[in-house]
Amino acid sequence: MSIFEYNGSAVVAMVGKNCFAIASDRRLGVQLQTIATDFQRISKIHDRVFIGLSGLATDVQTLYQRLVFRHKLYQLREERDMKPETFASLVSAILYEKRFGPYLCQPVIAGLGEDDKPFICTMDSIGAKELAKDFVVSGTASESLYGACEAMYKPDMEAEELFETISQALLSSVDRDCLSGWGGHVYVVTPNEIKERILKGRMD
Amino acid sequence: MTQSGVDVPPKGGFSFDLCKRNDMLIQKGLKAPSFLKTGTTIVGLIFKDGVILGADTRATEGPIVADKNCEKIHYMAPNIYCCGAGTAADTEAVTDMVSSQLRLHRYQTGRDSRVITALTLLKKHLFSYQGHVSAALVLGGVDITGPHLHTIYPHGSTDTLPFATMGSGSLAAMSVFEAKYKEGLTRDEGIKLVAEAICSGIFNDLGSGSNVDICVITKGHKEYLRNYMEPNPRTYVSSKGYSFTKKTEVLRTKITPLMERVEITEVGEAMEE
Repeated sequence: MSIFEYNGSAVVAMVGKNCFAIASDRRLGVQLQTIATDFQRISKIHDRVFIGLSGLATDVQTLYQRLVFRHKLYQLREERDMKPETFASLVSAILYEKRFGPYLCQPVIAGLGEDDKPFICTMDSIGAKELAKDFVVSGTASESLYGACEAMYKPDMEAEELFETISQALLSSVDRDCLSGWGGHVYVVTPNEIKERILKGRMD
Repeated sequence: MTQSGVDVPPKGGFSFDLCKRNDMLIQKGLKAPSFLKTGTTIVGLIFKDGVILGADTRATEGPIVADKNCEKIHYMAPNIYCCGAGTAADTEAVTDMVSSQLRLHRYQTGRDSRVITALTLLKKHLFSYQGHVSAALVLGGVDITGPHLHTIYPHGSTDTLPFATMGSGSLAAMSVFEAKYKEGLTRDEGIKLVAEAICSGIFNDLGSGSNVDICVITKGHKEYLRNYMEPNPRTYVSSKGYSFTKKTEVLRTKITPLMERVEITEVGEAMEE
């Protein structure tokens, strides 16, 4: 069994028209046993940048705490929030630093940059950035997610349609993966508000 | 003797503190993670006025295509570009690092960077990690001494060649070069040959695919032709898009309004003395 299949996870982010959506499943397991059904995989770094971490849960939490620490230091020094591109470079550097003994997680970063232009990117566990203009996926359900997003995604969707698309893609993919699921957690961020929704999914 | 509780940002270089824990997990039977590789076909050739570099744009994670349009031609200096194959994080990190070192060197010396400088910096770094930093590079550029093209292997050995290919698609691309390369090619002939070599990699090698990127470097001028050719467009997109019959069921919604960003403009007259 791969190290990424120890806890199970599914994270996806999609770009819309001046908005983005990031979604994850809610299961935390230890191999085949489910421990929690409300695990938080997506965290807010600041109002316009979110990071979803899939992979080993302990590294997810440790990496999140380190990143929040570095962002707070940045805020104190620069007196402003980090741009999503800068934050992605920071995550990539922190992961590559541990190239020969890596953090066992794969981040998905989503944010609104200058002029409310949405930005998404994902990385492998050693920080190789993969910028995409449409969607990025990560986790044990990633192969199903690639297929579902490829079929369901269209460019320039508004917030409500984007929410529907990302939720359908997430729920249909985790239904085909034993290690992730138990509902969904979706954040849709536009320049004016953050809408956080909990989805009802199959609880098996 | 315990470390202080504060986690200060380190000075740089690799940190090995999670190695022991990862080894323990592997011994317990969990497989190590696989990294994003670039599969790849990367090529370079020297033509009459300079160097042309080419690359495909597929990034793979095992058998899955992770990125359909990634950039494999990395910037090193205004007159030097480098294509990278192997582990994606390694090629990006090593080219970024040497690019910064070259810029500092340019500030110190006040001169344009030479290709041989980039070559030496790269091979020293790769050799010191004995091949564990898995980056195979095709480095090309035009400096004061003329056009140069080099290949660098993950263990640190280098070759200086008039035409070069690297990556999993290198055999397919090399066959095109060996058949059609000649000295003194013009710019258009050179671009056509590079595009043909990359296409042969894209169509015959499973690790390479998607589009062709080309970079033409001549004395004092460079042209980065991103997605010069797109021989694999998506032709089966449904015009009416995807429609969902059953809407997603939502348990809870929480809306957080974001603060309005206010533009402050100076109104009124300046204060009098």
